[in-house]
Amino acid sequence: MLRLEGLTKRYPTGDEALKGVDLEVPKGQVLALIGPSGAGKSTLIRCINRLVEPTGGRATLDGMNITALGVGGLRQARRRMGMIFQEYALVERLTVMENVLSGRLGYVGFWRSWFRKFPQSDVDEAFRLLDRVGLAEMCDKRADELSGGQRQRVGIARALIQDPALLLVDEPTASLDPKTSRQIMRLICELCEERGLAAIINIHDVLLAQMFVPRIVGLRLGEVVYDGPSDGLSPDVLTEIYGEEDWEATIKKDPDGDDGVDGVEIDRERLEGLI
Amino acid sequence: MPVRVEADIKVWQRRDRNKQLAIWGGWFAGVLLFAYCWQIISVNTTWFFVWDSPRIAADIGSRMVPPRWEYIYKIWDPLWDTINIATLGTMLALFMAVPVAFLAARNTTPHAYLIRPVALFIIVSSRSINSLIWALLLVSIIGPGVFAGTIAIALRSVGFCSKLLYEAIEEIDHSQVEAIEATGASRWQIMAFGIVPQIMPALAGISVFRWDINIRESTVLGLVGAGGIGLQLSSSLNILAWPQVTLILIAILITVVVSEWVSAKVRHAII
Amino acid sequence: MAEVSVRAPGRRWSKPPFIKSPGLRWGLYIGATIYFVLASYSILVDVDWQRVYEGLPRGAKFLGGFFPPFPFANIIETGGFEELAAQRLIDIGDGLIESLTMTVTSTAIGILISVPIGLGAARNIAPAPVYLFCRGIIAVSRSFQEVIIAIFCVAMFGFGPFAGMVTLSFATIGFLSKLLAEDIESMDPGQAEAIRATGSRWPQWINYGVQPQVMPRLIGLSLYRLDINFRESSVVGIVGAGGIGSTLLTAFDRYEYSTAATILLIIIGIVFFAEYSAGKIRARLQ
Repeated sequence: MLRLEGLTKRYPTGDEALKGVDLEVPKGQVLALIGPSGAGKSTLIRCINRLVEPTGGRATLDGMNITALGVGGLRQARRRMGMIFQEYALVERLTVMENVLSGRLGYVGFWRSWFRKFPQSDVDEAFRLLDRVGLAEMCDKRADELSGGQRQRVGIARALIQDPALLLVDEPTASLDPKTSRQIMRLICELCEERGLAAIINIHDVLLAQMFVPRIVGLRLGEVVYDGPSDGLSPDVLTEIYGEEDWEATIKKDPDGDDGVDGVEIDRERLEGLI
Repeated sequence: MPVRVEADIKVWQRRDRNKQLAIWGGWFAGVLLFAYCWQIISVNTTWFFVWDSPRIAADIGSRMVPPRWEYIYKIWDPLWDTINIATLGTMLALFMAVPVAFLAARNTTPHAYLIRPVALFIIVSSRSINSLIWALLLVSIIGPGVFAGTIAIALRSVGFCSKLLYEAIEEIDHSQVEAIEATGASRWQIMAFGIVPQIMPALAGISVFRWDINIRESTVLGLVGAGGIGLQLSSSLNILAWPQVTLILIAILITVVVSEWVSAKVRHAII
Repeated sequence: MAEVSVRAPGRRWSKPPFIKSPGLRWGLYIGATIYFVLASYSILVDVDWQRVYEGLPRGAKFLGGFFPPFPFANIIETGGFEELAAQRLIDIGDGLIESLTMTVTSTAIGILISVPIGLGAARNIAPAPVYLFCRGIIAVSRSFQEVIIAIFCVAMFGFGPFAGMVTLSFATIGFLSKLLAEDIESMDPGQAEAIRATGSRWPQWINYGVQPQVMPRLIGLSLYRLDINFRESSVVGIVGAGGIGSTLLTAFDRYEYSTAATILLIIIGIVFFAEYSAGKIRARLQ
């Protein structure tokens, strides 16, 4: 469904953040993107919806070339790609409801959005999503009154109300505690399954990625160095991605845990030591 | 080197020698400049008046008390005018300041090399020229009165408000804007949902802050004929009616203190 | 719409109002509207539109004075440098020098006096009587516009730049001490406490525990005040306290708009330059 061909990004300073990335994401597949800081994970995600303009290569969504779209076409395309951010990126002085409804901006005209007169169907959907992420009672709270985990749930609802085909998720758990991190990851993966969404999840935490996501792509210095199943990660692969280090403790030990959620309880201490 | 080795002993100094010399040099130049300026002022000063000033001050002081309380009935009207000049002037200024600020902020300007410098020039000119000078100019062009005063206050405040506002726009959290952009929102929607909520508190704070300053400024506009309580002040001074001057000053003091209190309260409520 | 009617009627949502209580909200709306109407009426009713209309050509003439500014216009018109033009240039130069000297001296004196007053006006380091005294000085200095203070200074010291200098110094004290005091009040008490715990004397404590925390901002504020003092020095002249304001007032009185335009352009230029260099200095300090 999503296809990247030789996607390249060179910043005006001369730094090459992406060196010709090829990637294919079929419909409904969730994929984790791992790699050290500065490997170009965020750049890659932002090049897909062109918050960062790629300098070369193509990105196509269902056969539509995103990299060649004009302003209007890009807005249409962005509606189909929901984005979830690292520091939540909620508009802090708007209420929870306004934040969720802001996901509909691509569908609603300017004056309707200015007077906050969204179509009732959007409002219904917003309530349903808030209910789904467990924040139904919070809708008139201001976003900056919420805790980190709650904010990220609002961020998820905002991305889903766009009715996307693809989720772009940028470090969803980086500012959260270990328990909330897992809840958020579980929520994202469940929602993707319910709605048949594909997702690209940038994540630092290798263990967390293995726990929830079947396919892992490793990025190093703007190049894909690993692309395979999550239990294919070995110390060698991690050394390839991150550099020399003792990786034994980082890799999920329990290969027969299907969903991985229960199996990792034994790793709990190690996990908390990691974060 | 702040640390030198002298006969096997490490000597620590706060600054190394060149830096210390530069600092002494800076102070020396500063003192020299001050002395030179003082010299110029001193030449243009009649020192006899200065030595005589305590006596004059005592004299004026004794004439100023007690205030002429019954004069209060004559200053209600100009006081009302003063407040109107400040309030409507501020509102008028905001209408002009918001677009100028968006044109001047680096992240929202339509063109960084054509439009931004024009907006910055508007801001600098408006800020450089005191409201009293704007009033002087407007009185000479459109005639004396409250109207000239209101426009003068507005013209002076445009620069102030846009400067603070455009700095606020430049300091917004970009990731919030990015998030709205990622939903496929249009240019105006990004503004309304991503930028406006972030600068709203700043805008409200700036307007009450400027309103408070404008109350103070509009008390003197009357001195050049642009309406408000300054007219009364200037005519009382012209006939040396010191007790009336005292009353006017008391009225100004109370108005300013009250407006400062209101402005602080409102800002507190917003933030 | 059949599709919608099948579902349960949707829950409505509207943006929660900024002010919760409806009585207060509508009271504020109505009050603000009434005030706005009354105030606009009382301003507009007095306007002599005939006079405004007649003034428009004068406004155009003033704007024309900017292109090109006075001395050049005169040279272009007459082909030579007239005595009048030379005289005006000398007037402008004198006024400017007076303004600049007033600015420098008043800022320096103002800073020297406002540091002790600022220390005294900080609640967390000054005893109550000192605090109230210093806050009193600040309140008086801040309440009156510079021009009102200038009137009294002129009455006491006579016409000329000395009165202007005293006025601006006094205004500087109100401005700087207040901001310095607020800065001290919001400093990190932990650092100051650590210095006090070393057994330092009071001045040492100020020097090591307080000064480093407030110094960069104090320098920034002083530069900003230098800028303000220059701008204000152009108005105290209107009541006779010297500086370029007197020159400007004379130009307006004689309807010499091109001279006035020249002076305004010079003021704008100097303020722009001052702001630009202050920005550079502040950037270097941080």
